[in-house]
Amino acid sequence: MTEEIVFDCLHAEIVNYCLDDSNKENDFSTLEYIGFTTGYRLIERLTRDIPRFKDELETIKFICTDFWTSIYKKQVDNLRTNNQGMYVVQDKAFRFLTRISSGPKQLQQAPKFVAFTCGLVRGALSNLGINSTVTAEVQTIPACRFHIEVSRN
Amino acid sequence: RAPPRNSEFLTLTYGALVTQMLRDLENVEDVNKQLERIGYNMGMRLIEDFLARTSVPRCMEMRETADRIQQAFRIYLNVQPAITNWSTASDEFSLQFETNPLTEFVELPPDLNNLRYCAIITGCIRGALEMVQLEVQCWFVQDQLKGDNVTELRVKFIRRLEDAIPAGED
Repeated sequence: MTEEIVFDCLHAEIVNYCLDDSNKENDFSTLEYIGFTTGYRLIERLTRDIPRFKDELETIKFICTDFWTSIYKKQVDNLRTNNQGMYVVQDKAFRFLTRISSGPKQLQQAPKFVAFTCGLVRGALSNLGINSTVTAEVQTIPACRFHIEVSRN
Repeated sequence: RAPPRNSEFLTLTYGALVTQMLRDLENVEDVNKQLERIGYNMGMRLIEDFLARTSVPRCMEMRETADRIQQAFRIYLNVQPAITNWSTASDEFSLQFETNPLTEFVELPPDLNNLRYCAIITGCIRGALEMVQLEVQCWFVQDQLKGDNVTELRVKFIRRLEDAIPAGED
């Protein structure tokens, strides 16, 4: 519980660091990349004692359950897939958005608070052998949908 | 299956940030400054949480402050540094860490000998204490990342900040 506040503060500062510069205002790539490298390393720790996943769906399920729980202290609320490499993960109370009041003005700011997590998921999957593109969609704070598109080639 | 310790996520995220800064900024001194600044900002916010959580009264002297800082480390990083090496005037002390959760899985390459990897911690202490009207200096005298046996953080009292001084008249 108390470590969450430290992490939340650190996350807020990382967002500031990456976007402070006015010409970087809408460039989330650094923020996403910090998430990517974190996810890439973290997944090694989390999967250390777990048998190999048998397929892609099982891997994604792990992200929605254990991975999410260890970071955000809750599971995701919903997972959908078209069975062709598109997954939609929904979190109805995404932690980095729960302390923000809802409203159109705040909604504009939402991408700042989800970019790190997009990278986190992409990094975790990448180290499990799945190349993907992860984007996020926020329609009403604090709910967030993450779209995972697996690249096949 | 034992759940991984929470601090690992913090540790790895911090590591990713430091790595990114080293990539972004040209020299290590700038990285140190940025980390210190980030810590300072975090400290200013964390002190609110700390005071709300512990409801401790104002510290009247540095020995109490030292105890509070030790308590904060226990709460926020789950480590208990030892308080040692008091100066004779009781205005300066050390916090000694056997382990430092922020530096788990970390090794510094030799060319980064000037990097103060944990500058975020010194910044945090300064920021937090400034919010309770204490100006201190804070620096590392020993660092396990640089080959020392323990990590030692020095805190020195500078002055008490007075309330209600209009801007520009201090």
